[in-house]
Amino acid sequence: MSKRKYGLALSLVLAAGTLLGACGTEKEKTTSKGGNESEFSLAMVTDVGGIDDKSFNQSAWKGIKDFGEANGLSEGDGGYAYLQSKGEADYTSNLNALTRRDFDLVFGVGFMMEEAINTIAGQQADTNFGIIDGVVDQPNVASILFKEQEGAFLAGVAAALMTKSDKIGFVGGMEIPVIERFEAGFIAGVAAVKPDIKVDVKYTGAFDKAELGKAEAGRMYSSGVDIIFHAAGGTGNGVFTEAKERKAADKDAYVWVIGVDSDQYDEGQVGDDNITLTSMLKRVDVAVQDIAKLAQEGKFPGGETKVYGLEDDGVTLADSRGAIPQDVMDKVEDFKKKIASGEIEVPEFVE
Amino acid sequence: MSNRVIKILVPAISIILGLLVGAVVMLFSGYDPVAGYIALWNGIFGDSYAIGETIRQISPYILAGLAVAFAFRTGLFNIGVEGQLMVGWFASAYVGAAFELPMYIHLPFALLAAALAGALWGLVPGILKATLRVHEVIVTIMMNYVALHVVNALIKTVSGGSYKTDKIQPTASLRSEFLSNLTDYSTLHFGIFVALAMVIVMWFILEKTKTGFELKSVGFNQNASHYSGMNVNKNIILSMVISGAFAGLGGAMEGLGTFGSMTNQGGFTGIGFDGIAVALLGANSPLGVIFGASLFGSLKYGANNMPNAASIPLEIVSIVIALIIFFVACGYIIRVALERLNKKKEAK
Repeated sequence: MSKRKYGLALSLVLAAGTLLGACGTEKEKTTSKGGNESEFSLAMVTDVGGIDDKSFNQSAWKGIKDFGEANGLSEGDGGYAYLQSKGEADYTSNLNALTRRDFDLVFGVGFMMEEAINTIAGQQADTNFGIIDGVVDQPNVASILFKEQEGAFLAGVAAALMTKSDKIGFVGGMEIPVIERFEAGFIAGVAAVKPDIKVDVKYTGAFDKAELGKAEAGRMYSSGVDIIFHAAGGTGNGVFTEAKERKAADKDAYVWVIGVDSDQYDEGQVGDDNITLTSMLKRVDVAVQDIAKLAQEGKFPGGETKVYGLEDDGVTLADSRGAIPQDVMDKVEDFKKKIASGEIEVPEFVE
Repeated sequence: MSNRVIKILVPAISIILGLLVGAVVMLFSGYDPVAGYIALWNGIFGDSYAIGETIRQISPYILAGLAVAFAFRTGLFNIGVEGQLMVGWFASAYVGAAFELPMYIHLPFALLAAALAGALWGLVPGILKATLRVHEVIVTIMMNYVALHVVNALIKTVSGGSYKTDKIQPTASLRSEFLSNLTDYSTLHFGIFVALAMVIVMWFILEKTKTGFELKSVGFNQNASHYSGMNVNKNIILSMVISGAFAGLGGAMEGLGTFGSMTNQGGFTGIGFDGIAVALLGANSPLGVIFGASLFGSLKYGANNMPNAASIPLEIVSIVIALIIFFVACGYIIRVALERLNKKKEAK
């Protein structure tokens, strides 16, 4: 009896061994580790939203990947790489880990990383750092800011012109200055078209909790809101889920989501319909490549703060792919010109 | 096999089994387990920086584990360590930033504040349990949510609308140039000594004092303790208060050591919940908690190096680490298996 059991176990182990062995070799073929002899390498650390948050971090990673590919770099040491943070405690250790792997330029993606970058930039003077959405005053740190309020203003204009119920919602992540710029711009944009609409503003307190985003969107849509703008990273994915469920249940439901940071059109696909009205692009990828290029040429803007706004396409609206009719687009375009020319000054803070 | 051999073999076999199953998971998802485990090892012990960060990670785990273990010895299940830790974190960060005092007063004061805040958070479920027999599990879980949102609101109020508290004064900091330089700029701080001191405190209370004897006695059998003239209710409250104080100190590790401030928390830190596992792995004994916390802390910190050095995605790493801990916790099964094997041999 026991011998038969042993036999069975043995054959199982062998079978598993061969199967798994196959997995192993296949893998080796596909990933050739970067032994590239390039002079310039770059990497980034995500905030808690994660590399596949479909917005902020993903956009930064896209910029790094594009830069890497354009310069013939490969993923890994000496090329380009990323590390994900599960929590606040990981910021410093992740930044340190990348610095130790001798990347020339390390980006901290997100306002929350300000302090970690500040500490490490002081310790590791030979590495250049970039901080996105934050300002760090160190000679080896380039700070990158966006005029989110300008892009959000246009989103607000589009929302106010498209709403049928005259009820519009805003779902934010954490109540930090960056997200408040989104909120301020959005509210100002709505007010510029229809001053009596009161935007339903709600902060979920997190960038990585899709369930909170979904719950909040559910409440808003049920109260009559038909367009929600989210600035909540991964939490915003829940807003899309809720809108898609409503659209799937009722094809005529008039529900829209305005995406953020990346073009979130693909997030909104429900069968043949799409609930993504448009997305407010925050071209983190453009900024990242910009800084990387400067650094590569030896002109790294250390100690400086670069601000990307409407005029240099740092923020803009994504292609709505027909969701927004041309006459509305024309009006949005008018506002865009007025902002770019300085005729309209979009507020940074909510009054 | 003697009992002693079994005692040593059980944890060893469970860790090896955990590593093996973890390896299978990595193989199945197409990653190199050898590279993965080398990365894990280097992430824990690779250089002085890694060792410093690992020890830093272990400190709050020890205190969270002590908190759970202490309540457990009195027969109470303190699920509220998470919340007690958060209020402790906030209290330490607040006291650390708001006062200007010489170091030898400021640091103990900030630590005391953290312990008191945690104790207060433990007092509520303690009183409810003792007077109204409300189950402490329910109350402590709910107190976690109260802590999370109260602390977030307090951060906002105290900082005048910002998302984080002011940086603590250097006089309240557990950080030191010396430890930092020793470990190549790691965030290692003196908290580990506070944690180890608390291990001794817990051992002393439980083993060397009359109160400790009563606390344990209540844990074994409330009725018998009551019959022999002990005040069961008093002991329940006391146990929760001391447990909460340990948890609060765990928060001070973060507030005065690792971060030096407290940021708005999007969710729970997880340290308090892991503390339950730490305590159970350590069989609720003070010394055992050190081992449990060391295992947890090293795996948690070292795992960060797996995506870094072996390009294994964080999600897979989390599964592997969970499996290792799972098998360690399953030590009981392995013990039974070994004992059976033993008996069979003896029968022959």
